[in-house]
Order: sequence, then structure tokens, then C-alpha cells
Amino acid sequence: MAMLEEPSCPGFVFDNVLRNQHLLAKCGGGSQADAAASSTSALPRAKKTGTTIVGCVFNGGVVLGADTRATEGNIVADKDCSKIHYISDRIYCCGAGTAADTEMVTRQISAQICLHRLSTGRLPRVITAKQLLKDYLFRYQGYIGAALVIGGVDYQGPHLYSVAPHGSVDCAPYITMGSGSLAAMAVFESRFKPDLDQGQAVQLVRDAILAGIFNDLGSGSNVDVCIIRQDGVEYLRPYLRANEKGQRAAVYRGGKPAVLRTDRRPVLADIISTRIIRDSGAAQAAGETPMET
Amino acid sequence: FSSAMSASFYTKPANNGNAGVAMETSWDSNPGRQRTLQPITTGASVLAIKYNAGVIMVADTLGSYGSLAKFRSIPRVLRVNDATVAAASGDLADMQFLNTVVENHAIDEEIHEHGIAYSPASLHSWLTRVMYNRRSRINPLWNTYIVAGTEAGQPFLGYVNMLGVAFKEDCLATGFGSHLCLGLLREALDAAGGYAGLTEETATSALEACLRVLYYRDCRAYNQYQLANVPVAKPAQVSGPHFLQSDWSVAKLVKHYTE
Repeated sequence: MAMLEEPSCPGFVFDNVLRNQHLLAKCGGGSQADAAASSTSALPRAKKTGTTIVGCVFNGGVVLGADTRATEGNIVADKDCSKIHYISDRIYCCGAGTAADTEMVTRQISAQICLHRLSTGRLPRVITAKQLLKDYLFRYQGYIGAALVIGGVDYQGPHLYSVAPHGSVDCAPYITMGSGSLAAMAVFESRFKPDLDQGQAVQLVRDAILAGIFNDLGSGSNVDVCIIRQDGVEYLRPYLRANEKGQRAAVYRGGKPAVLRTDRRPVLADIISTRIIRDSGAAQAAGETPMET
Repeated sequence: FSSAMSASFYTKPANNGNAGVAMETSWDSNPGRQRTLQPITTGASVLAIKYNAGVIMVADTLGSYGSLAKFRSIPRVLRVNDATVAAASGDLADMQFLNTVVENHAIDEEIHEHGIAYSPASLHSWLTRVMYNRRSRINPLWNTYIVAGTEAGQPFLGYVNMLGVAFKEDCLATGFGSHLCLGLLREALDAAGGYAGLTEETATSALEACLRVLYYRDCRAYNQYQLANVPVAKPAQVSGPHFLQSDWSVAKLVKHYTE
């Protein structure tokens, strides 16, 4: 029984790449600048998540964390988007990269995992979700821009993986992805120890996401956290509102500046008087009265 | 600039005496002369942070030749005088050229015996003009400099890069350090409520933690480094090479890699 989707022809399918090239050539033509100038001819800019996403294993499960800023170029498209996606009851997936790709691919794999669970009668495993995601992304050779951090608990214990857009996977007790991943990874590399408890892991995840929020321009707004244990999931959204609007960041000293010196000088100016005289024939024919200043 | 004549008495070996001026002949008279297109032998990040009684700066001692770790003991920290130190990342040939010029200027000033020495702010200002001037002639010195020291009794920390972008801050990092370590340094400053609340020990350990993160995550970093400490009330000291301890025990937890 084919539970998982199969490509219609063997090997890689690049139909959409050809379609995109054809569209660009047909509508755009000419230089990049022309294409950018005309709104119909340039391909729309993908909404990207910018992003800092992290995952951390602790002695009872996995903690996932994410910021909440979605960007479109240099504009913040969504101040409070949700980047921690549901895969199954004990498996969640953070997504960085193109927002549509992360949303759709996690939703698709979530459906496949659900069908697989019903078909096998067993609780889903994190490694299955990872396998499905990476096979799918590899087949599209990086054109699906989804960088994912999958974490969850199954019968074998807690697991944490990262999947890159080209389909490579990494397994580690702490993982970061997205534009803020370097700032977040620095926090993990300096403070991670094996065998953390839940409180320590959540604090570490919170600090890593805050490092991304405050030191990376692609990440911002709030911290979302998802704690996955064998006995349940805590989906804390928002975990921390780090950027409240309207909060006074500093107090600037008010009052008038001190006057050090006064220097009065008269300004000599010529007063010019102006008198506007209209052509009385045309003006009176039009009904206007002549103006004078 | 001081006169080119006095500079030629004490130039370093393998220097043709033009230490005082960044000379470039025109294309017509010297067709062999080229513009810098890419850095060749490079130094990695430089990190620096102010503390309550001075500034500390660290730089590792690696000279990379692309992805080859070719020179493992290159000093990148320059002690200019008792109140000023400078370190550079980027092309090491350009760094060594500029350092020679700076050193000759410092010797000039000692010889004149007028009691006026480079201050970190004046060095920072001079470096900015030189770097911006070279950039404007499309022949940059491919470096990012950090100048640290004591200026008017206060700690000073300034940054200049190959484009001539210059600014002063309480914590600075170049290259990969700006992505990996600036967050950690800013966090250390925030936790102490500003550099006035940061002790020398805390600042040193914060910088060491940052160097360790760089050694783990920057392919061109190294575990041997120099440290420069410029206290406000005492002369500058450059110490090194120090060796960085690193902990790789996390590797045991990396399982199920290739399933």
C-alpha cells in the first residue's frame, strides 16, 4: 500500500524550475532593473522567516524555541508569526527559511505521519518524520527553502534533528537554525552541559532566542517555547514578550538648554511693495476684480 | 605625517624606506603595480571589551592561507605605547605594512622627546583617514582594526574597517566574532550594568568563553591567542601566547547521525 507520495517519473522533477524561467522571460525580459521596476514582471519576493530557531535536549525530553518575526526583504511582514509547527502529539518542528515552504512541508509530513500512525498502530517516531522531511527536501534539490529543527519524544526517548533545505540532516543535543543561529549557537556552546533539567533547558533556550532577537536583524519580537515530554507537551506561545510596543527605553533629560550668551543684531531688510494689476478687459469679462497687495 | 626623511633611518627589514607614506605609483609608470582584490594570508576575529578599570583585547595567533592553517604563531596585537594597543583581522600583509608605519611614527615621537605620544583616539582617527583614503582609491588595506587604550583617563575602544567605517563602542568584535560573540559580550555588559560594573576577571573570562565558541564554530579560528590589557592607571601589557582549553565531550551525545 503506497502510504507515501511517489513521484510520477523516476529521478528528479524540475518542471517548476522551467516554468519559473519561462514566466520570468515572458513577463520580464530585459534587465533585472526593468523586471524590478515593473511590478508584474518580477517574481514576488518570498516571505522569509529570517529567524532564530533552536532545540535543546534535556533529561526528560526536548525543548524547542523560536522567535516570532517574519520578514519580506527588509520589511517585517508579521510581528508575531508562529514558527513551531505540529507534526504529531509528541513531535514538533521549528521552521526557518521561506515561510510558505516551512508551513506546507510540515503540514504535509504531519498528515503523512498521521496516516502512518493509523496504518501501523504505533506511536510515531521522530526519526520517521526526519526521514520523510529529508527525502522530500532532497528530491527538490534545495528549491524548497525549508530549514527545520525537529524535536520530539518517542518510545526510544527524546530526539533532536536539524534538516537543511538541500536535505542534509544533523543530530546533536542542541541545534540552531536561521539567520540568528550564530548568535544562538554561541549561547549554547558556552553554557550547554549534558543532563540538564527542564528549568535549565528552558532558560538556555530562552537566552539563545533572545540572543538572536537582539543581535540579528532578521529575528525579533517574542520568544515561543515548546516543551515536549513523554507525559505531555507545553506549547507556550508567547513564552516571553521581549519587545513590548510603547515601553519607554530611556529617559531623555528635558528642560530648556542653558543660555550661555545673547547677541542682538538688527536685521536690515528692504521692504518691497507689490501691486498686481490684471488686464482689466479680460478680468472684467471673466467677472474678476483686480487684486492689489 | 612626519617627514619621510626621518622615517627612513629605522625602517624594519625588507622595507624599502617608504614607511611614512602609503605610496602607489600610477599605472603608466609602473604597470606591475596592482590593486588589492582579495585577502591572501588572513587573520581571524579580534575581540575586545571595556571593564571598570581599562580595556582587554584578544586575538588568536593563526595566519590562514585560504583554508590552510599555515602560520600558527603570528602576533596580531600591536603595542603602540603605554596607553595604546591595536589589533587587526584580515590580510596579514596589509596589517604588517600598516603596523610598521605606526611603529615608525611611535619611534618618531619618542625621538622628538616632546612628551606627546599617540593616544588611542588619535591613532583611531589617523587609521580611519588612511583606510578611507585607500578605499576611495579602490585599493584598500584589507583589514579591520580595533584600537584600545586609555584616553583622557577613560577606557577607549574603537573600530575601523577596510571601508573606513569607524565607530567607538563598549565591546567590539571583527569578522566571525561579530556574528558569534558580540551577543555574548553585550550580554556580559548588560548583566554588569555597563562596563563600569565589569571587573577584570569577568571581562577576561567572557573573552575567553567567546574565543572558545569561535574555536568550536569558526573554521578559521585557533586555540592559541594573545591578550592585551590596558588598565587606565598602568602601562599596557601584551601577554601570550595563551592556550585555550576546549571540551569535546558533547561528541558522545551525537548519535544516529546517518540514519
